[in-house]
Amino acid sequence: MAAVTFDGVGKVYADGTRAVSGLDLDVGDQEFMVLVGPSGCGKTTALRMVAGLEEISEGEVRIGERVVNHVPSRDRDIAMVFQSYALYPHLSVYENIAFGLRLKKLPKGEIDRRTRDAARVLDLEPLLKRKPRNLSGGQRQRVAMGRAIVRQPQAFLMDEPLSNLDAKLRVQMRAEIARLQQDLGVTTIYVTHDQVEAMTMGDRVAVMRKGQLQQVAPPQELYDRPVNLFVGGFIGSPAMNLLDATLERGDGERDGWSVRLGEQRLALPAELVASRPALAAYAERSVIVGIRPEDLEDAALAPEAPADRRLRAEVALREALGSEVIVHATTAAHAASASEVRELALDSGVHAADAEESHATIVGRFSPRSRIATDDTVELVVDTGALHFFDVETGLGIYAAEREGALT
Amino acid sequence: MEASAPTHPAGRFARTRERERTGESRLARVGRLFARGPLHVLLIVIAVLWLVPTFALFVTSLLPPSEITQTGWWHVIAHPSLATFDNYKHLFDNHDIVTSLVTTVEIAVGNTILLVVVASLAGYAFAWMRFPGRDVLFVIVIALLVVPLQTALIPIFSLYQSTGLFDTVLGLVLFHTAFGLPFGIFLMRNFFMGIPKDIMESARIDGASELRIFVKLILPLGLPAIASLAIFQFLWTWNDLIVALTFGRNTQPLTVAIFSQTRQFGSNIELIAPASFLSLAIPLAVFLALQRYFVQGMLAGSVK
Repeated sequence: MAAVTFDGVGKVYADGTRAVSGLDLDVGDQEFMVLVGPSGCGKTTALRMVAGLEEISEGEVRIGERVVNHVPSRDRDIAMVFQSYALYPHLSVYENIAFGLRLKKLPKGEIDRRTRDAARVLDLEPLLKRKPRNLSGGQRQRVAMGRAIVRQPQAFLMDEPLSNLDAKLRVQMRAEIARLQQDLGVTTIYVTHDQVEAMTMGDRVAVMRKGQLQQVAPPQELYDRPVNLFVGGFIGSPAMNLLDATLERGDGERDGWSVRLGEQRLALPAELVASRPALAAYAERSVIVGIRPEDLEDAALAPEAPADRRLRAEVALREALGSEVIVHATTAAHAASASEVRELALDSGVHAADAEESHATIVGRFSPRSRIATDDTVELVVDTGALHFFDVETGLGIYAAEREGALT
Repeated sequence: MEASAPTHPAGRFARTRERERTGESRLARVGRLFARGPLHVLLIVIAVLWLVPTFALFVTSLLPPSEITQTGWWHVIAHPSLATFDNYKHLFDNHDIVTSLVTTVEIAVGNTILLVVVASLAGYAFAWMRFPGRDVLFVIVIALLVVPLQTALIPIFSLYQSTGLFDTVLGLVLFHTAFGLPFGIFLMRNFFMGIPKDIMESARIDGASELRIFVKLILPLGLPAIASLAIFQFLWTWNDLIVALTFGRNTQPLTVAIFSQTRQFGSNIELIAPASFLSLAIPLAVFLALQRYFVQGMLAGSVK
C-alpha cells in the first residue's frame, strides 16, 4: 500500500492538445479517491499516467516515495481494471487471474492459493475453468477485479469499471467494489463520469474540468460547499438549478437580506448571511443563485411557509418515481448563462436554455404526497437557508471571504 | 463478436431447436431443398469440373506404363483390376525423387517457419511499438509488395555465387522468405492491429515484458492469421519452380526433379504422374491440418 501523489502533473499530446494541466493531488495511503468529470476532462489521462500507459509531460507522479515518471508499467506495482475489462480471451478465468502471479514467478502453491482466494472473494469459484466468452458481463467484470486484487499491489487504478454493466448490476457492483476496497485497504484511484458513483464510493472526490482540478473534498462537503458553479452543477442529480439573481440588502421598508429572481423576491435567513461574510460585498449586485432540487417543496405540503420563501411557477412535467416526485416547472427568472452552465448542459445532452428567455425551467424534488399536475400554476417553497451563491464573473462560490476561490 | 464456427455443436443444437419451435414440417424442408436446388447443382458441376484433372492424374498414376500409352485413363474405371501401386513403389525406390522430396520439405518447412517468426515479430512491432520512422518503414515494406521476384533473380544469383549460398537449401529458404516478408508483415500487422490495445496494456500492468506479451498473448491470439500465412507460404514454396531452377543445381526440390523427367520425345509418365500427385497431396494435407486454426471469434469475451 502506498500514497499516490500528483505534483504539478501535465499532459500535452504530440499534436499539441493539452489533456491535463498543473494537477496537484495527494491520494492518501488506503484512500479511495474518485476522479470525476465530464468526458474529455482529463480524468482518464491522469489515471493512465499513474499506470504508465501515458508519458508524463510535466511534473511528477509518485507512488509511495518513488518518482515513477520513467518507470515502466510492469515495475510500478499497480493493478488496473479497464472499462473494457481487457480479459485475455484465450485463457480460462483461473489463468486470467493467475497471469500476473505467474509473471512474478511465484511458487506454484502460492499462485494456486492466491488465485483461489481471489476467486472465492468474488464468487468466481464455479467459473474458474470457463473462457471469458462464456461469461456474462457482470462475471467478466468480476474476473477483471480478481485479476487486480490477486496481485496485492500498491494501488488499484479503475477506469470506469462499471460503465458497461446494466443499471441494476452497476448498483450491486458499486457496493461490492467499495466493500472490497475497504477490506483490502488498498489505495484506489477510481475514474468515473457518473457522479452517483463518485458520491457513493469515494472517501474523497476530485472534480476535474478541461484538464484542471476544480475541487477535492469528501462527497458531502463537495455537495454542500461546491467551490464553483461547475462543481455545483455537476454534482447532484437532478442538477442544481442555477438562476441569475440580484442580491439586495435590507432598507427601511424590509428587514434583512433578500435575493431577487426576476420580479420575485426570496428573503435570506440572517444565519445564512452571517455564515457567508463574503456575501456582503455583493449587495445590490448580480449573482448566480443555486437551488438544489430537494430544497424546493410543493407549497400545498408546507402551508405555514411565509410568502417571502415562495416562488410561483407553472408545472411543465411531473415524473413520479414512487419515493419522490420530480417536477419540472417554469418560473419568471433568467437561467444562469455562464460558460460552465452551458458546458454542463452540453455534457448531459440538454441544450442550455436561451439566456434571453424570460422564463427558466427549475427542477424540484417533492414528496410523493404532492398532488401537483402538469400545467398547474403552483407555489414552490424554497429552503432559503440552503441556497448557494456564485460570482457571475468568476463562477466561484461565495463563502467566507478568506475561502473565496481557494481549493478546499 | 460471437463465436460462430459452423460446426459448433451448440449452434447445430440451436438450429434444431429453432426448427422444433417453428414447427417446420418435413415437406417444407424438402421444398426448401428444391428451391436451393439449382444453386447446389451448379456448385457440384463446378467442383466436378475442377476435380477432373486431379482425378485423372491420380488414376494415371495407378496405371502400368504399358496401359497409359495404349488407352485413356478413363478405361480404368471400367477395369479396376488394371490399377496398381507399382508406380508408387518405384517412385520411392528412385533415389533422386526421394532426395528431392526431402529437399522440398526442408525448403518449404524451413522457409515457412522462418517467415512466420520474422513476419509476426515485425508485424507486432509495426502494429504496437513506437519507434522513430516506423510509418515510413512500413510504407517501404508495403512498396516491396509490387517488386516482381523475377527482377531479383540475376542480382541475387551473383550475390549467392560470391557468398557461397548458391545451390544450398539455406539460399532457397532465404530467398523465399525475403520475398514472402512484405506480404507476411502486412498480413500480420493488420491482424495484430485488430487485437484490442487494452489487452496489451493490461498485460503490461500485470508485469509482462514486450517479449512475454508477444509469446503469451499475441501469438495465441494471432493463430488464425499465422495459420493463413503459413499455408500461403508453404504452398507457394512447395510449388515453386523458377527460384529453385535458378539457384539450385544439385539442390533440387520435387518440382525441378519432375520437370527434369520430361523429355522432348516420349515421357516418363509412370514416374511423373505419381510424383506429381504426391507433390499435390502433401500441401493438401498441410492445408487440412492447419485449417482448424481458422477460428472466428477468437477475441470474443475479451472486451465488450
